[in-house]
Amino acid sequence: MRYLTEFHDPELAQRLLDTIAATATRRWTLMEVCGGQTHAIIRHGLDQLLSEQIEFIHGPGCPVCVTPLEMIDQALAIAARPEVILCSFGDMLRVPGSASDLFSVRAAGGDVRVVYSPLDAVGIAEANPDREVVFFAVGFETTAPAAAMAAVTARRRRLANFSMLVSHVLVPPAMEAVLGAPDNRVQAFLAAGHVCTVMGTAQYEPLVAAYHVPIVVTGFEPLDLLDGVRQAVEQLEAGRAELVNAYPRAVRAEGNPAALAMLGEIFTVCDRAWRGIGTIAASGWRLAPAWADLDAQTRFGVADLTVAESPLCHSGAVLQGRIRPPDCPAFGTRCTPRHPLGATMVSAEGACAAYYQYRRLAPAGWTP
Amino acid sequence: MCLGIPGRITEIWDDRGTRMALVDFGGVTRTTCLAYLPGAAVGDYTIIHAGFALIVVDEAAAHRTLATFRDLGLLDELRGQLAATGPGQPATTHDQWPEVSSRPASATRGQETPG
Repeated sequence: MRYLTEFHDPELAQRLLDTIAATATRRWTLMEVCGGQTHAIIRHGLDQLLSEQIEFIHGPGCPVCVTPLEMIDQALAIAARPEVILCSFGDMLRVPGSASDLFSVRAAGGDVRVVYSPLDAVGIAEANPDREVVFFAVGFETTAPAAAMAAVTARRRRLANFSMLVSHVLVPPAMEAVLGAPDNRVQAFLAAGHVCTVMGTAQYEPLVAAYHVPIVVTGFEPLDLLDGVRQAVEQLEAGRAELVNAYPRAVRAEGNPAALAMLGEIFTVCDRAWRGIGTIAASGWRLAPAWADLDAQTRFGVADLTVAESPLCHSGAVLQGRIRPPDCPAFGTRCTPRHPLGATMVSAEGACAAYYQYRRLAPAGWTP
Repeated sequence: MCLGIPGRITEIWDDRGTRMALVDFGGVTRTTCLAYLPGAAVGDYTIIHAGFALIVVDEAAAHRTLATFRDLGLLDELRGQLAATGPGQPATTHDQWPEVSSRPASATRGQETPG
């Protein structure tokens, strides 16, 4: 088994679709939390196949999209310094800050390098002892273990020239923010499978109990997503609200114990601003006090920048599920993946990029 | 990226006290850190985020999930076959995705922020 084609099987997909259609007595509104799931849903047309049974509201689980503007601006300020090598995941380079992006900084002479793993940034620091190497640590619970190990490795190798600009975000508080909004329409969640691979599933129990909302831990292949929908619909139709793991091949209830232990040592929970959404209490990780010497924010004194978001970009409404990407007046015209106004058009997990890439260009209410 | 696809561990070595591995994704290989998977072995399938292996995919669980899908609607199908013209009716087969005839190819992926 290679875990790919098996979970794309068209006949089994049809079985799942038939089961969902036979179960649903009305149309339900689900949120898939992760941007990777959004892309899979749009790419495989699952929203169209399920249009009579399900409205998908796309969740905020795109790490690039929700990285706050002030963090982008801080990265830009740090990257422009002559002594700095700024290391980042590739899709951060086109994310617009207040006035520029990392690509532009690089074009102007800044040393901005794309890395695949945070450990690559540690290697760059080791190879360049006369330069300051900064890793831009963004992402959810899936990425944070890698950043944590970069911190540990840098200290183990006694690298005084390595630091991290940390902007990690946490999924459950964002889900609670969605549920607590007065105009919330989400009736069940497809939880982000790989976040649960790291964190386990227990942290969703309080949400299920407090909001009586079904939460189905869901994978990323088409059959996984259809099964997540099936199990959510079965609960909704029966009036039940339970935490269910529909992705057991990659998620265990206890998560990854080694990663959890490391995360607990390196990071501490903090309030975090989410781009387009606002500050969510206890929704981020920053370096724990014992690791504060690696904090690039203090090392380079960039914590107090003022920022300005483009007035043309409606990515905040997209990230909160209030509008669909094609409903934005700038979508596909002034805002494209080549010239993005907002991060949702940049990222491989951004909803605007998904709609653009798979040619879903019509606004809501449009009929051919 | 969150669409992290499973890859197969083909080689494991020690790099200054850290377990590293070569992981094969259908021909494309990546160097991966095994620090969070102390029990991983050559031949295991694993899911990678930002250069770190996060779990050994549970093959038995995968088979159970697929078996559940195969069983879906079987009862209805049997009823349908009995009610239809009689035995020998071929079961419906689908040789293409239910949805559409053409879908864009997967995006070029590489060094995105893993979600």
